[in-house]
Amino acid sequence: MNEREKILARVREALKTPAPLPGSHGETHLPVFEKTVSTPRQWLPKVGETFEEQLALFAKNAAELKADFQLLASRDELKTALAKISSTEDWKHVASHRGELTDSISGSLNLPICFTDKNYDVHELEICDVGISECDALVAQTGSVLVTNRSAGGRALSVLPPHHVVLARREQLVADLPAAFELLQQKYAANYPSMISFITGPSRTGDIERILVLGAHGPKKLTILCF
Amino acid sequence: MNFASQFLKDARVMAGDLRHRKIIRAALGNYEIARDKRKASFQSWESARQLAAETKWDALNHLDKYLVEFTAKIEARGTKVHWASTAAQAREIILQIVRDKKARSIIKSKAMTAEEIHLNDALEHAGLNVVENDLGEFIVQLRHEAPYHIVFPSMHLTRGEISDLFQRELGSAPTNDPEELTMIARRALRKKFLTADIGITGANFAIAETGMISITENEGNARLTAALPKTMISLLGIEKILPKLGDLALFLPMLATAGTGQPLTGYNTMYGGPRQPGESDGPEEWHVVLLDNHRTELLADAEQRDALHCIRCGACLNVCPIFKNIGGHTYGTTYSGPIGSVITPHLRGLQDWKHLSNASSLCGACTEACPVKIDLHHHLLQNRRNAAAQQPTLKEQIGFKSFVQLANHPKLWAFAKKFARLTQPLQKLVRGTPLDPGYHWTQTRDLPDVAPETFKDWWRKRK
Repeated sequence: MNEREKILARVREALKTPAPLPGSHGETHLPVFEKTVSTPRQWLPKVGETFEEQLALFAKNAAELKADFQLLASRDELKTALAKISSTEDWKHVASHRGELTDSISGSLNLPICFTDKNYDVHELEICDVGISECDALVAQTGSVLVTNRSAGGRALSVLPPHHVVLARREQLVADLPAAFELLQQKYAANYPSMISFITGPSRTGDIERILVLGAHGPKKLTILCF
Repeated sequence: MNFASQFLKDARVMAGDLRHRKIIRAALGNYEIARDKRKASFQSWESARQLAAETKWDALNHLDKYLVEFTAKIEARGTKVHWASTAAQAREIILQIVRDKKARSIIKSKAMTAEEIHLNDALEHAGLNVVENDLGEFIVQLRHEAPYHIVFPSMHLTRGEISDLFQRELGSAPTNDPEELTMIARRALRKKFLTADIGITGANFAIAETGMISITENEGNARLTAALPKTMISLLGIEKILPKLGDLALFLPMLATAGTGQPLTGYNTMYGGPRQPGESDGPEEWHVVLLDNHRTELLADAEQRDALHCIRCGACLNVCPIFKNIGGHTYGTTYSGPIGSVITPHLRGLQDWKHLSNASSLCGACTEACPVKIDLHHHLLQNRRNAAAQQPTLKEQIGFKSFVQLANHPKLWAFAKKFARLTQPLQKLVRGTPLDPGYHWTQTRDLPDVAPETFKDWWRKRK
């Protein structure tokens, strides 16, 4: 018998004795487990039903997380907004990936671009001032950006450069976490990307006296440009 | 010195350490405010706890089925799964991978399971360089110390101490600024990230339905660990299972709320395999090591099986009056606080670690704080009962037998009361000193005076 079989045999042996249900303090043994009818959405923080409420909630959460959320009137404004940040921060090197939104924008920066959706040199990515990516969804409930390595240029682009800029469309906003997981299942269930990440604000730490510091290992800045 | 005597000795010192108390109170005071705000934002935190407990109950009580499903799914995407019954086997599996890869440099993101099997010691012993990349873990590693807390490893240190440490170990300039200190560590660790051959991670959850692990972190260090090195190793206990991907919609915000008082932790990332065809980065090889290490023994204890629900959020430590006074290191265990006191006797022997279950006020704050409803303070009582049943101490046997005699004989009882009333004035002279027959009680506790008159006497006189 190998270790796998040994461990599974021990598990099966252990489970012959039924465990009391949660919250029963061991006083009553109820061996039959009845799956609860409740779902996470009923208990998680409430999210408004209209698109405007959800957008406002996302903006509020992003502000609390110290992410820069810019709501733009049109797709054309993406270019202007990006050019403005580029000149303020004096970008020299930009990293991005091929995508419908990124393709139409990144070319206008007139800077060398390191593309991370084909083989790339990690040292080249490391010197970039910014990583510009698309995303799968924005989550109103938590102010999170949902990315996968398929939608957002691999595993490192959104976390190695000191600034992560996300390009998003308004219709990518989802209400809550259950909706985000439903979206993942609809979009990818046949073949999931090997990495799925909920990014909630810029990289942070509180390990020194529980004082918040941004940019621990990942980006110091997270900008979300949404039109 | 045995574990219990060492614990008592250290606890006495730490409980009187006012500086330590001040640091911990300040850190946890802020935590409580943030956590309460987040809990209040839930439509019903209590119902969320019940659902989380039921989900984990389902996972643990069908663990065999879910483990088979998890491994089949994750292996189908090219991940190599290893099974380890013991800590030694897990260390050997990981060392063998490292040897096969001829790796020189290893980076590691925070993993309590790795602390449990003393992985870093084993790797260093084999002449390898392993660097912790979570800031708090990096700090305690430089101090050659175990993490102080399962979520906040360097919570017991001030910025001054960390600045001194960085000056000494990294040659950096002194600074009083937490941001500057963080940047010193960021620069030092960036180089390691870019050159490491192997990245080691833990896992917060393992999803049976889709064959994924989920890692929760704030810094992005685990994201980099899973993105840059060519080989990735993830070590996790078999109890980390969740049945469905959608269960994370509940567990991720609950872990963040209970653990740090955040709505959601900075990065919550699910990994379903090594770099797949057509993907541009990520490890070429991914090894997942599933660890038992006495978990199946705890699983066999149906009464305490729910201790395996634990998602290592640290909430029970943060509210525990014992933890707040004696600190994390005093426990002498990988897992400290109430959950550590409950599970350590199962993981490392009941008789050696039963003292932890006695070091409790049984106030139940831990049980109330637990997001997955582990019946922590009742389990402490059950450990006490089991320890006494398994190996009663002579003192307790004599004590309880005498008490039974006393309580069953009214005349003897009446005599004992009279005797106590007469001798107590003498005992008062030596109370709390080693001359006191009740010294073990009175050195740290009050002994109330025996009433001048018994109720019976008073009743008789009244007639």
